[in-house]
Amino acid sequence: MRRGRAVCHLGLSTAWLLLALSSPARATSDVLVVDLSQETVAITTGFAGTDVLLFGAMEGKGDVVVIVRGPDRPVVVRRKSRVLGVWVNTAKMTFERAPSFYAIASSRPLAEIAQETVLAREQMGLDHLRLDLPRAKASENVAAEWRAGLIRNHQRLGLYRSEIRPITIQFDRLFRAELTLPANVSTGKYQVQVYLFRDGRVVSARIRGLEVERIGAEAVIYDFAYQKSALYGLIAILVALMAGWVAHLAFRKA
Amino acid sequence: MQIYLPIAEMSLNVFLLLGMGGVVGFLSGLFGVGGGFLMTPLLIFIGVPPAVAVGTEANQIVAASVSGVLAHWRRGNVDVKMGLVLLLGGLAGSTLGVMLFSFLRGLGQIDLVISLSYVVFLGTIGSLMLYESMRAMRRRKTAPGQRMKLHQHTWVHGLPLKMRFRRSKLYISALLPFTVGFLVGVLAAIMGVGGGFIMVPAMIYLLGMPTAVVIGTSLFQIIFVTANVTFLQAYANQTVDVVLALMLLTGAVIGAQFGARAGARLRGEELRGLLALMVLAVCGKLFFDLLVTPDDLYSLGVGQ
Repeated sequence: MRRGRAVCHLGLSTAWLLLALSSPARATSDVLVVDLSQETVAITTGFAGTDVLLFGAMEGKGDVVVIVRGPDRPVVVRRKSRVLGVWVNTAKMTFERAPSFYAIASSRPLAEIAQETVLAREQMGLDHLRLDLPRAKASENVAAEWRAGLIRNHQRLGLYRSEIRPITIQFDRLFRAELTLPANVSTGKYQVQVYLFRDGRVVSARIRGLEVERIGAEAVIYDFAYQKSALYGLIAILVALMAGWVAHLAFRKA
Repeated sequence: MQIYLPIAEMSLNVFLLLGMGGVVGFLSGLFGVGGGFLMTPLLIFIGVPPAVAVGTEANQIVAASVSGVLAHWRRGNVDVKMGLVLLLGGLAGSTLGVMLFSFLRGLGQIDLVISLSYVVFLGTIGSLMLYESMRAMRRRKTAPGQRMKLHQHTWVHGLPLKMRFRRSKLYISALLPFTVGFLVGVLAAIMGVGGGFIMVPAMIYLLGMPTAVVIGTSLFQIIFVTANVTFLQAYANQTVDVVLALMLLTGAVIGAQFGARAGARLRGEELRGLLALMVLAVCGKLFFDLLVTPDDLYSLGVGQ
């Protein structure tokens, strides 16, 4: 399965390479072109995470930075403190919007590509991720601790990637990057943002959508559990009763 | 080989799940307990969200109790009347338990309450069992012990609504089993267990039921209480993962066969002593986790 996908990636990128090399005139009309090896990621029974290949071409020398962002949603963070010797959740903050997934790939270390102010404006790197708490609720340094807590928790789950994936650039014009989505990604519309940097400035940017969705049995069970909860509960009980009965029969024979 | 669990929204190894089911099934067959009190902490330990662990484990216990009760039914070891009174209490208790569960989950205190319930109840039951089995072992070595008094009259026998339970050879107030069923129901819903490990001692020591009918009757009412918990957790919280339940179940059914065979070779008090040690180990681990400073004081929560 994995091998098959790799071969498929190779085929696609070779085709792209040929296209890009054979028609230089077309490339001039656009400074930056990108595509993904797939537009949807299907969560099926065997899903254990996946790699999505991003490839593209650019005109002239430059650096490429790619950001993958999962859909924003509100996130509750809790903080423990010791009560009578036991650790208890005693405080809570709600971040109105935080990306459910965040990963970054770059052709060079970010600090060498652009200045902090530029990186901050484009929210490049976990340090620059915009995660605001209402001013009234938290002073600046308190907010920073909660923010760090949110990021650490997502990192532990593998949903905010600490490492910056490499982007390889060939012939100063073609680039490719492998983007990894772990098994616990949430579903929804992801954004793949591609930036072309030259002399520390963004000269071009493209956005590609990536849909993560449940497919097949997984989707059926999930939708059923959430849309027809009562029936789902009854069927779960029925399945258990049947399984118990079958087990009893097997027991008796043995 | 990984399998994606649709409700837990995570991917786990099939053989890990089957193996966990097998080991817990073996122990439950060996000791004649449901195994929920082992499985739920284990699931939480491997990263399944606590709410999903509790809801799913209730579903799995339905199946385990059905296969157990059928064997006892054929031997006539089920006091249906007693079971029904316990069950009335159990349904009320477990319904309240699921509501309490949803409420605590919203407050962000459910993990704490699950852990504390385990520590308190496993600690108490485990210590009592260990003490009792040690005494039994010592008594066997020294002298043939004197028989315990079969029946003692206390204030509980003055309660109203007296009922005759023929199979248990009891004439007691229905309020008593109802209350026991109610309290165990609340705990079953919160802890993701069948509650047999509390129900069985309560039946013997509080209600005074004969040992022979205790397990069958307890299993009988556990089926309905855990079915109620399954339904309510699925309906109110969407935390029942049937794929996970089936995986655990398959392992548990096979493990239980071997466990029951191994159990036949050990003495009753030795079994109880071993079970007590295991219960205390789970309790100790959870207690330690509550006391030790967590790696990260911040955690992600559900609710607004």
